[in-house]
Amino acid sequence: MTHVATSPHFKENAKAALADTELQNALKFVEVNIVTRRREVVDRLPEFDALRDSARDIKNHTLAHLDLYLEAYEQKVTAAGGYVHYAVTAEDAKRIVLDLCRKFGARTVTKGKSMIGEEIGINDHLEANGIVPVETDLGEYIIQLRHEMPSHIIMPAVHLTKTQIEADFRRAHDKLPADRDLTEATSLLTEARTILREKFLAADVGITGANFLVAETGTSIIVTNEGNGDLTQTLPKAHIVLASIEKLVPTFEDVSQLLRVLARSATAQEMSVYTTLSTGPRRADDPDGPGEYHVVILDNGRSSMLGGDFADMLRCIRCGACMNHCPVFHAVGGHAYGWVYPGPMGAVLTPSLIGVDQAGQLPNASTFCGRCEEVCPVRIPLPRMMRSWREREFERHLSPATVRGGLAFWAFFAKRPRLYGLATSLLARLLALIGRRKGRFGWLPLASGWTRHREFPAPQGATFQAQWKAHKAGRR
Amino acid sequence: MSAREQILAAIRRSLGVTGNEAPRRKEVADRIAGHPRGVIPARGQGSPQERLDLFARMVEQAAGSIARVNDPADVPAEVAAFLRRYNLPMAARRGVDPRLADIPWQRAGTLEISTGAPDPKMLSSVSHAFAGVAETGTLVLTSGADNPTSLNFLPDNHIVVVDAKDVTGDYETVWQRLREKFGDAVLPRTVNLITGPSRSADIEQTLILGAHGPRRLHVIVVGAA
Repeated sequence: MTHVATSPHFKENAKAALADTELQNALKFVEVNIVTRRREVVDRLPEFDALRDSARDIKNHTLAHLDLYLEAYEQKVTAAGGYVHYAVTAEDAKRIVLDLCRKFGARTVTKGKSMIGEEIGINDHLEANGIVPVETDLGEYIIQLRHEMPSHIIMPAVHLTKTQIEADFRRAHDKLPADRDLTEATSLLTEARTILREKFLAADVGITGANFLVAETGTSIIVTNEGNGDLTQTLPKAHIVLASIEKLVPTFEDVSQLLRVLARSATAQEMSVYTTLSTGPRRADDPDGPGEYHVVILDNGRSSMLGGDFADMLRCIRCGACMNHCPVFHAVGGHAYGWVYPGPMGAVLTPSLIGVDQAGQLPNASTFCGRCEEVCPVRIPLPRMMRSWREREFERHLSPATVRGGLAFWAFFAKRPRLYGLATSLLARLLALIGRRKGRFGWLPLASGWTRHREFPAPQGATFQAQWKAHKAGRR
Repeated sequence: MSAREQILAAIRRSLGVTGNEAPRRKEVADRIAGHPRGVIPARGQGSPQERLDLFARMVEQAAGSIARVNDPADVPAEVAAFLRRYNLPMAARRGVDPRLADIPWQRAGTLEISTGAPDPKMLSSVSHAFAGVAETGTLVLTSGADNPTSLNFLPDNHIVVVDAKDVTGDYETVWQRLREKFGDAVLPRTVNLITGPSRSADIEQTLILGAHGPRRLHVIVVGAA
């Protein structure tokens, strides 16, 4: 792992994020823009829910036969003249990519957007070895200038405002006239386009991710809107694909099911602008395309998720709908999660990949409102899995002593309903008595987390359970 | 043990399988060979005329522009009209696709259609699509000398000619036609599914056309449905 995870400090991160005005300004767009537009595009397709079932079933089938689909896929890649490399760990993947880049004598490498690239920290590794990686997706380019991690899996720079990006461009593109106008998003994009066009033409190797690997033909697929991934993989002499084992899909018919839910869920588009199918290197009479085609398939802990409590997470197609709809993500953004994958999917996946001791706080960062599961195109039960992580965190004694003590105290009473009823009714009466004058408390022992921000109303009458009992008796 | 063996062994351990189970192997082989279809949206399944109308609507919804002509001989005038509309130089680069080669380009007067290596400075290109997909207004282009892939991405303006009879209702029909043309389980180096011009929303989620690929995508549908 190259990125040092700050996930253990989620609480501190979140606190800082809430106080960060620029971040809060940037984040306010998420809910307004994406949530509404997704709803509209989904409503235009009556088959959407049936497609979600279909997408879930395809992923489940593939995962249950993953060993065989990997073998079939590899055979087809080889038959098309490409190469498949397997990487057990992130370190292995970095070594393979570096060796390939050296083999091609690469000085600069252009990159399409790849979450696996982020997961293994490929950029730092190449840079440390004298090779210049250039991110070409606009969002990734911006965060590379800032030496940051993406804060969202499909909108890497969603945490930034235009003003911040303008400042970064002025700093990085210091050879351009200082008096140029960069106030509009369009002018920022045009500047990036011009600068990156030269990089595309000069690069020795192009690295892209993969949304899907198709076993039927040994094809890798990228889904993008900018066209940067295509220039990345078409112009240099070699194309390296970074993927992970769960990207496998049996056939193109299966791919169509997934494509129909992907763009709608991710960017509220009917279809992304560029869906590109790549099979092997350029053919003998092709006028363009890469001379060599290599696919690096990463495991990095995924194989051990199969068949377990978190296997459903391997269905994820990285659309980002869960974070777009998450109230916690809306409030704190992606960086607070402290590693590569933020939001609900990150809260489930990160503990699997870097350990619950590192990322145990993330599954706690949920209100369990359930919106993530409601919008997930492959119906991943994210809240259920976050609960499973909470249980494990508790079992492994990783949660703080106060939390454990509190839970043990509560559990003692919860397991003894009579005692619970007695204790709560006594407590309610006591609080009612003390608070009878003001009707509310400005401070309460053990409840300062509540009373620091708002007053606690004094109980009136009997406990809920007593009232419920009386209510039911009355109806009879 | 190689990394490959390690990963396959780990997967099999987690799944509780050996990899040699005949029924599992058969299920996988059958699925790949039979490629069963899933849910196909009804919207693309109308009459040929409805399909073409839907295709046109969806291309425009994706911020592309579209024109229909009756005959390949009408294509040059349409290309010229498009270039004129945006004050572009009357020149474009194309591949050696026979369907494009047979078009009487000289009919459009000053229009200069050249072939050869893609030139990064060329502002416009003309490609011939393998197919169109009505359900999302998507074009399907295959790589090769006929229609070099870089012509789909380097120029600012991409003009794509597609035969009306090649406009299908859904992606599934395209996969089938690709198999018919290139053989089962074989594909050209690149198949591009293109839906509208290039765009980015990476800055404050403001949608801007013309990120790294073409700023404009113009589709010319040739012939009747």
